[in-house]
Amino acid sequence: MITKDLKIGRRSFVIGSAAVGAGLALGLKIPFGASVVRAQDGSPEINAWIVVRPDDTVVVRIARSEMGQGTLTGLAQMAAEELECNWSKVTTEYPTPGQSVARKRVWGNFSTGGSRGIRESNEYVRKGGATARVMLVQAAADGWKVPVSECSAANSVITHKPTGRTTTYGKVAEAAAKLTPPADVPLKDPKEWKIIGKSVKRLDTIDKVTGAQVYGADLKLPGMLNATIKECPVFGGKVKSFEADKIKSMPGVRHVVKVGETAVAVVADTWWQAKTALDALPIAWDEGPNAKVSSASIAEMLKAGLDADQAFVRTQVGDVKAAIAGAAKKVEAVYAYPFLNHAPMEPMNATAKYTADRCEVWVPTQNGEAAFAATLAASGLPAEKCEVYKINLGGGFGRRGAFHDYVTQAVLIAKQVPGTPVKLLWTREEDMVQGRYHPVMQAKLTGGLDASGNLVGLHLRLSGQSILAAVFPQNLQDGRDNATFQGLDPSGDFTLGYTVPNLLIDHAMRNTHVPPGFWRGVNINQNAIFLECFMDELAKAAGQDALEFRRKLMTKHPKHLAVLNAVADRAGWGKPAPQGVHRGLAHMMAFSSYVAACAEVSVNGDKVKVRRIVCATDCGNAVNPAQIERQIAGSFVYGLSAVFMEECTVKDGRIEQTNFHSFDSMRIAQMPKVESIIMPSGGFWGGVGEPTICVAAPAVLNAYFNATGKRIRTFPLKNHGIQMV
Amino acid sequence: MARLTINGKGSEVNVDPNTPLLWAIREQVGLTGTKYGCGVALCGACTVHLDGRAVRSCVTPVSAAVGKQITTIEGLAAANGALHKVQKAWVDNEVPQCGYCQAGMIMAVAALLKDKPKPTDADIDASITNICRCGTFQQVREAIHAAAKA
Repeated sequence: MITKDLKIGRRSFVIGSAAVGAGLALGLKIPFGASVVRAQDGSPEINAWIVVRPDDTVVVRIARSEMGQGTLTGLAQMAAEELECNWSKVTTEYPTPGQSVARKRVWGNFSTGGSRGIRESNEYVRKGGATARVMLVQAAADGWKVPVSECSAANSVITHKPTGRTTTYGKVAEAAAKLTPPADVPLKDPKEWKIIGKSVKRLDTIDKVTGAQVYGADLKLPGMLNATIKECPVFGGKVKSFEADKIKSMPGVRHVVKVGETAVAVVADTWWQAKTALDALPIAWDEGPNAKVSSASIAEMLKAGLDADQAFVRTQVGDVKAAIAGAAKKVEAVYAYPFLNHAPMEPMNATAKYTADRCEVWVPTQNGEAAFAATLAASGLPAEKCEVYKINLGGGFGRRGAFHDYVTQAVLIAKQVPGTPVKLLWTREEDMVQGRYHPVMQAKLTGGLDASGNLVGLHLRLSGQSILAAVFPQNLQDGRDNATFQGLDPSGDFTLGYTVPNLLIDHAMRNTHVPPGFWRGVNINQNAIFLECFMDELAKAAGQDALEFRRKLMTKHPKHLAVLNAVADRAGWGKPAPQGVHRGLAHMMAFSSYVAACAEVSVNGDKVKVRRIVCATDCGNAVNPAQIERQIAGSFVYGLSAVFMEECTVKDGRIEQTNFHSFDSMRIAQMPKVESIIMPSGGFWGGVGEPTICVAAPAVLNAYFNATGKRIRTFPLKNHGIQMV
Repeated sequence: MARLTINGKGSEVNVDPNTPLLWAIREQVGLTGTKYGCGVALCGACTVHLDGRAVRSCVTPVSAAVGKQITTIEGLAAANGALHKVQKAWVDNEVPQCGYCQAGMIMAVAALLKDKPKPTDADIDASITNICRCGTFQQVREAIHAAAKA
């Protein structure tokens, strides 16, 4: 059990939440001895990234969070590559946010979203490994009193080449830790990589098949109580009153507490008791100003934005109005994308312990630093009196990154029970109605074709919610939310793959009271549907093949074109499909990676079977191809679940869906065969966890059109009576 | 008070007999490998075996488990620690991503293989209805077939 393994002292900081399950609760004690920083087991830190134990075990510190995407393994591969260590003796641990603050953010950004784990930290993690290697080799050379140039390192063994003498990393770690770290150690040429690019096995599998892996929901601390919570279901509303006396005598109930102005929690001996009592608690809500908002009223507001005069312009090339007015053929379509819940399998949770001079939080989070900030704010204590311990996540998908409402709640509850650890675990129902939802968006697309069927003008007007306006308003640029245009940008990590002579892309920002969030893939999900379905609509109007029509617009975007060509070739685009099977294409650039998909579907009345999807990704450098394949296959589950069966609707100001019966998710029977083409072209680092999701829906929607002649423009497909089988 | 037999060991649990078995296992017995996902038998994260049959423990009252052999993910491996063939196939095929649903998935698959040692894809589709939001299904199917051959 975890409680036995967690060693939590005031000065020894638990480092390893990944390690917790294995009983390796490590910590830092700083300072210690002659400037050597040590892990809790006494092993020396060579630098912030690398700890080497006497038995040659290498502990790689990972600041990003593991939520299933494999980043613990991928980032460890990075460090190990440069360290030249024995991969079979590599393990990982998380530094804590409190230690990061105390050490001037030596581990950099903890944020694990935006597919940035590897693409944004690969360089400094590799440097951590390289610097440690140089120090270890130097220490060996010093011990032998030989020039360091005569020594080399491989597989955790250092060799003095002229004499053949050898030693190991574990034996020289103490001496290496005392050396001054060298500056500017060069990194390997990618051609020399031995671990990066290999499908090494994940480091975290075994505990996940035996039940030993501890998630936040599983945490137990001595003397811990359990809580569950209800927040006003109408966003912006408050607690008016609640009748605690009605439930206080129920079994196990210890406390019934107001949490901030908006929520009520029951604290009990067990979670089931807390939940049973909270269900029985009469609560009156002051529903506030949003109690009459509905999906219909939101849709009306967005619809008005489609033709509004004022909009934030992202891209303006040529004169779109004139080009479309003068076009031989005009094509117009309106699409709409719904709110979506992240619905990770593990509901939101956090455990907090508060006293007047210390607040500690244990939480599955995609961003330890953001959880730390929430802890400080809710506790009112300074950084040196707070700490956050990251616990393994049962899924994140963006819900556990920018938002730590559950941390705030856990601390506010713990403050009312000082000295007692309290684990707050939401019900699935609470998780469904208190989400940070995929933003709602409509789009009006207008295209002009000349007499030869060439696209001469395109206007893509977005109307809907801005995530940044709600979450990071400081990141707006003159009021404009550039993230809204992901995949439609003129340059950068989300570049539009088409050259159109007259192009206008703009956004009428229409915010709602429903809080938006970063939902795996974020704004590429709807933008890929709008753009890639409309490209098929244009191709059809032009009487051209969907692939050929695109290719003409992609000559200046060779990497976009390469992935599109790869899926078309593999899937046999242009060749006859099996009887009753129809194909559809889509591609996008997102999070620095180029992705494309060709879907094969068959349609029988209202039943759609997605049979096969060929997907290509150029992520620059492919660190662990086996894990990339798994992220790609999983992306289709997330993306196709959404387009076929998921939406969050609003009635009386609140979300109507309360569990998986009304917010469904794909099962294995519905899973298509996914064939991945991983084609890294080198020279850049692209994301993997998110990009592929966005091509799932448009590829299938285009295939559905090719099967039926029906163009669906509002989602999910279940609203059209279409069932995924 | 009820007496449960979990993974071959007797446990006295002091709960209302209507308490879901899931919470008795997690909070009274302290075995947390069995997960809470939805609480209404939709997702399968809480799957355990009752007398070898897969059940969703979040809607199974403790009273229905008295006198039966309850097996959780912690009891699937042999007493000497050797992994069950399904667990082994899961490791070999690197099935888990976040892993939260996998205990339930593995328990459902172990029960399926007991009934149908060589399941077809159609058998798998009909009997494995667990939700996995990471989307491990492609690897789940491969691992089931691998376990069936083991």
